[in-house]
Amino acid sequence: MANKTCTGAEALIHCIHQHGVEYIFGHPGGAAIPIFDALVDSPIKFILTRHEQGATHMADGLARATGKAGVVLVTSGPGATNTITGIMTAAMDSVPMIVITGQTIKPMLGLDAFQEADVVGISYPAVKHSYLVRDVNDIPRVIKEAFYIAETGRPGPVLIDIPKDVSGAMFEPNYNVEIDLPGYSIPSTGDGVQIARCADLLAKAKRPLFLVGHGAVIADACRVLKQLAEKTQIPVTNTLLGKGAFPETHDLSLGMLGMHGTAYANKAVVDCDLIMSIGSRWDDRICGKYSAFCPNAVKIHIDIDPAEIGKMIKPDCSIVGDARLVLEELIPLCRKSDTEDWLKQLGKWKKQFPLKYGKQGGLKAQFVLDEIYRLSKGKAVVTTDVGQHQMWAAQFYKTDSRFHWISSGGAGTMGFGMPAAIGAQFARPDAMVIAVVGDGGFQMTLSELATAVVNKLPIKILIINNKYLGMVRQWQALFFENRYSGVDLIGNPNFVKLAEAYGMKGFRIKRNADVGKTLAAALAYNDGPCIIEAEVEKEDNVFPMIPAGSAISDMVLEAPKKAMAKPTGST
Amino acid sequence: MLNGTKTTLSVIESKAAKQASPYGTQHSISLLVNNRPGVLIRIALVFNRRGYNIESLVVSPAHNGKFSRMNITASGEPKTLEQIIKQLNKLIDVIHAKDHTNEITVEKELALVKVNCPPEKRTEILQIAEHFNSQSVDLSESTLMLQITGSTEKLDAMELMLDKYGIKEMVRTGKIIMARGDANT
Repeated sequence: MANKTCTGAEALIHCIHQHGVEYIFGHPGGAAIPIFDALVDSPIKFILTRHEQGATHMADGLARATGKAGVVLVTSGPGATNTITGIMTAAMDSVPMIVITGQTIKPMLGLDAFQEADVVGISYPAVKHSYLVRDVNDIPRVIKEAFYIAETGRPGPVLIDIPKDVSGAMFEPNYNVEIDLPGYSIPSTGDGVQIARCADLLAKAKRPLFLVGHGAVIADACRVLKQLAEKTQIPVTNTLLGKGAFPETHDLSLGMLGMHGTAYANKAVVDCDLIMSIGSRWDDRICGKYSAFCPNAVKIHIDIDPAEIGKMIKPDCSIVGDARLVLEELIPLCRKSDTEDWLKQLGKWKKQFPLKYGKQGGLKAQFVLDEIYRLSKGKAVVTTDVGQHQMWAAQFYKTDSRFHWISSGGAGTMGFGMPAAIGAQFARPDAMVIAVVGDGGFQMTLSELATAVVNKLPIKILIINNKYLGMVRQWQALFFENRYSGVDLIGNPNFVKLAEAYGMKGFRIKRNADVGKTLAAALAYNDGPCIIEAEVEKEDNVFPMIPAGSAISDMVLEAPKKAMAKPTGST
Repeated sequence: MLNGTKTTLSVIESKAAKQASPYGTQHSISLLVNNRPGVLIRIALVFNRRGYNIESLVVSPAHNGKFSRMNITASGEPKTLEQIIKQLNKLIDVIHAKDHTNEITVEKELALVKVNCPPEKRTEILQIAEHFNSQSVDLSESTLMLQITGSTEKLDAMELMLDKYGIKEMVRTGKIIMARGDANT
């Protein structure tokens, strides 16, 4: 397709295809019709979703399962505004995404035309960058720049708003355009002096700890990180989104830290004399009360985003760069640290304070997750929604490799899990993809069941049904004297019948005795998606827990006997 | 918003300049940005999100017309500013952003002041104007318009002197900044 006359839309789709995109998720509408027309003759497969938010989470799931940008195509007005939650979700978790929105024709811009929304204006705070394409000749450059911005450095979403008279305009495209981004530079290797200092500090520490986050996953620092940890014998804890950066089954792993992290990871944070963050942003979920966070430990921060350095925690040593490249430079400068006593202590804590749950009484979500971990041999790609089930899944479904854990961390977007699983399954057709969702979040985007069914995607949707908005209920139980408010999900549908209504398979687990058998049957079912509804105990709580805004040392390991003070931290 | 504009935007409350800002310490910030629609709003959002009040803002095309220069005076917590500068530098449309507070720079502002001026006061007011090296640019039966260039403090001082005659209108461009010597702004 060498430079012959075509529409803006045809050039747009051509450029996206040239970039290697296989799927576009979205929903059509008037202002995007020329673009949908161009899709007819394109090898790109368009996946029709039932709601634009679903499309963004699918693109997000695909991106988190591959590291490549997911692409969304929607129309103007409400079609465009429905993508905002998904864009914000991607931005908070540094996920590459391209969102193309149709727009009213140029002469009507700003005149309240039918289905006109200033989506560029609305999305400013949620995007890495955005474009309103006014000139059809800009399309090849804009697409090239958009993918480059979305996928490099600290990835993020890029929105491209295209008026209908631009996508419909005829022109002679020049595809050999250069990107023109004088204000955008990507840190790669770190500063050698700081890296040497970092090695020195690591060698001196007696109780060092690596804290790994999503940045390590994104940078594919996993292999070098393992080398570094093994060489130095320094233990590793990971954030929620850092799951997969370092094998959680490794002897040196302490699993997830933070608000609902393992007791031993949190105890390690309290006791360490050095903490080195690799691609984590010292989020409030992991640090708790900042003034009390590791006051005596040396803090090292490796991040590709200079704006993260000193944002929450003032580091003693900081390195701006790509996590993998920085670690590669660091390894030769490091030697085995004297951590024997420290590792012994951590081993003791692991034995003393393991993740646990009651074996008595009704069906426990933790048991279901423990079993699905065992039966899937820990190899599944797990997506989650947000809430109690998410924390239990993070605790009990250990993640060993990159791209196997897909969860909305920063944004905490309910309704994310199931559509994200659809995106992940498209990207990884041979992988077992399990969406662990709650009964609350699942109902926010359940219309996407149709998308899964139509495309015969064998995703396994495990609904942890406690008939409550469980995490909020937990807070109300612990901090608000059991004054439940707005958390009762009375009116839930029969999820197995719902599955059947969509023409998919439904399984139900009610008793402990059913768990193994039913899960095994569900995991073996591959003729399309299935729902596994686990009717779990209504009022179970997630522990350990660090109340929001509290010091990590204030961690509670089990339900306290009396009411606790209301948390001071954010949410 | 900035396409081809030659306008300099700025209306500042003279009182804010005279007194310490109610929002905290005042800072001088310069930016080199793409000369494109939408750039100003991206920048304004960064200040707004962190609770910074923009007190003056000057936007003009740079020597290379592809870019614009922005000079911003804004006030707020000093430790927040470091973060704001980093966030500004993160914007794709920002080539660079710099805080010039406490740096050796040339900082200038221009003001037009329309003061009540009955014929009998003319000499007196023109004497004040001469002292501040200010020029008269418009004269009517009852008013005199003066143009003054200089540091913010100098402009504040002349405003104070003219206040008693009754200032009918005043507009200030806001501060423009340039680093001295070889240093880049």
